[in-house]
Amino acid sequence: MTAPMPLTLRVNGERVDADVLPRTNLADFLREHLQLTGTHVGCEHGVCGACTVRVNDEIVRACLMLAVQAHGTSVQTIEGLSDSGEIVDLQEAFRARNALQCGYCTPGMLMAAQDLLKQRIAPSREEIRGHLSGNYCRCTGYHAIVDAIEATADARRRSAR
Amino acid sequence: MKASAFDYARATSIDDALRLLATHGRAARVLAGGQSLMPAMNLRLMSPDIVVDIGGLSELKGIAVRESTLHIGALTRHSDLLRSPEITTHAPLLAAAVAHVAHPAIRNRGTIGGSLAHADPAAELPACMLALDATVIARGSRGERRVAASDFFTGIFETVLAVDELLVAVEVPIARKNSAHFFHEFARRHGDYAIAGLAARAVVESGHFSELRLAYFALGDRAVLANAAGKLVNVAVTPALVRETSAALAEELDPHEDQQASSAMRLHLARVLLTRAITALLGRPELAGAAP
Repeated sequence: MTAPMPLTLRVNGERVDADVLPRTNLADFLREHLQLTGTHVGCEHGVCGACTVRVNDEIVRACLMLAVQAHGTSVQTIEGLSDSGEIVDLQEAFRARNALQCGYCTPGMLMAAQDLLKQRIAPSREEIRGHLSGNYCRCTGYHAIVDAIEATADARRRSAR
Repeated sequence: MKASAFDYARATSIDDALRLLATHGRAARVLAGGQSLMPAMNLRLMSPDIVVDIGGLSELKGIAVRESTLHIGALTRHSDLLRSPEITTHAPLLAAAVAHVAHPAIRNRGTIGGSLAHADPAAELPACMLALDATVIARGSRGERRVAASDFFTGIFETVLAVDELLVAVEVPIARKNSAHFFHEFARRHGDYAIAGLAARAVVESGHFSELRLAYFALGDRAVLANAAGKLVNVAVTPALVRETSAALAEELDPHEDQQASSAMRLHLARVLLTRAITALLGRPELAGAAP
C-alpha cells in the first residue's frame, strides 16, 4: 500500500477525512494537506521540537509520527490552542518579555510550555528548563522563555485564588 | 529529510503481526512508538519496504505485578513507566532511568519494547534490564521464548530476536528488602544520548553488598554488566578495594571513541560512576575520594 490510505481524525475539534501516503508524517500532513502551517518542521528527526503538537491531549513530535498513526485520534495544533484562547496569557507573556525573535521555535515552545503548566501549578525554573529540554531556540538564549513561562504560572496562580 | 516510500500494515493482533513479519522477513520493520525508527527512516538510515504498526495492540500494553515479578508489556511507554506506582514501588531504578530518556514529547510515544528491540548501545533501558536481571519475552510463529536480558543484546542495534519474532513483554524481579539502586549518566544536554552511563542495583545487608549488579551503557557496542562488581560482594568495602575495582574496569570495558569523547575519557567516566554508585548505595560519602 504505497498508495494513499484513508485517514479519519479530529484536528482542533473538527473531523478530518483524508487519504495520505504512509510515508507522510503528521507534521507534513497538517501543513500540506490542512494548511495548518503553525506546526513547524525543523530537524525532522525529533531533536528540535518545532513540530510539537498534541495527540489525545499529550504532546508529541509530529515529525516522529506517521499521519496514518494518528487515525482515530484527536490532534491539537498551535492554531487550535491560539483560537480557543487557551494560551492567550502565555502568548502575551512571550511577547512582553521578548521570548521570541525569529519565531520558528515558538509554536513548539508554547505547546511544551502549556503542557508543563497544565501539570504543574508552580514549576521551578529548573523544571521549566527540564520540560523544554527537547525544544531548541537559536535566538533567545532561553532566559526570556523561562521568564515568560514562570510569569504565566505566577499569574495563573494568582487569578485562581 | 523525509522517509522513502513504504507499505504500511496496521496489525490487528499479535498473530497478525507475526504473520506479516514471517511473510516479509527482513524487508519489514516493526513500528511501536516510532521514536527510534522514525528518525532512522527520516534520515534514510533505514528504508523498510513495509512497516508493521503494532501500536494498536492493547494486549501489549500495561504493567502488572505477578507474584515476585513485574510484567511490563512491550508497548508500555516511557511516560507510563515514569507515572506508574508499581514501577516506583517495585522497580524504582526504571523510574530513575526514564527521567533521562529524551524529552517529554518523546517519552509520550517511545516504548520499552521498542527501546529494547532497537538495542541502541547508548540507551538507558537495556542497561536497566541487565541491572535488574530481567527476562525478555519474545513470541514467534513457533511460540514464545524467554531470554535473559544478559543474553538478549548481541551488538550495536543487534539482539537475538529473529526477523519473525516480536518482543511482547519483559519480566522484572520485584525489588526485595534492602534493595537499593543508582542511576546516573553524563550527557552534554539533559535528554541527549549518554556519553557514559551506569544503572546499578544492589542488595545491602549490614553495611555490605550481598548482591551488586553494575550495568554500563554508552561504553561499548551494547550495555555491559561489569564483572568487577563481584569484588565488592560479601566483603568489607574499603577505599583500597574501591581503587582495585576501579582499576579492574579497564580489563573488561573497551569504550569506543567518537566526537563526544575519547576512549580514555569514557573509561574515566565509568570509574567516576563506579565510585559514585558505591558511595551512594552504601551511604558512605567518605569513599568518594577513593578513586576517580
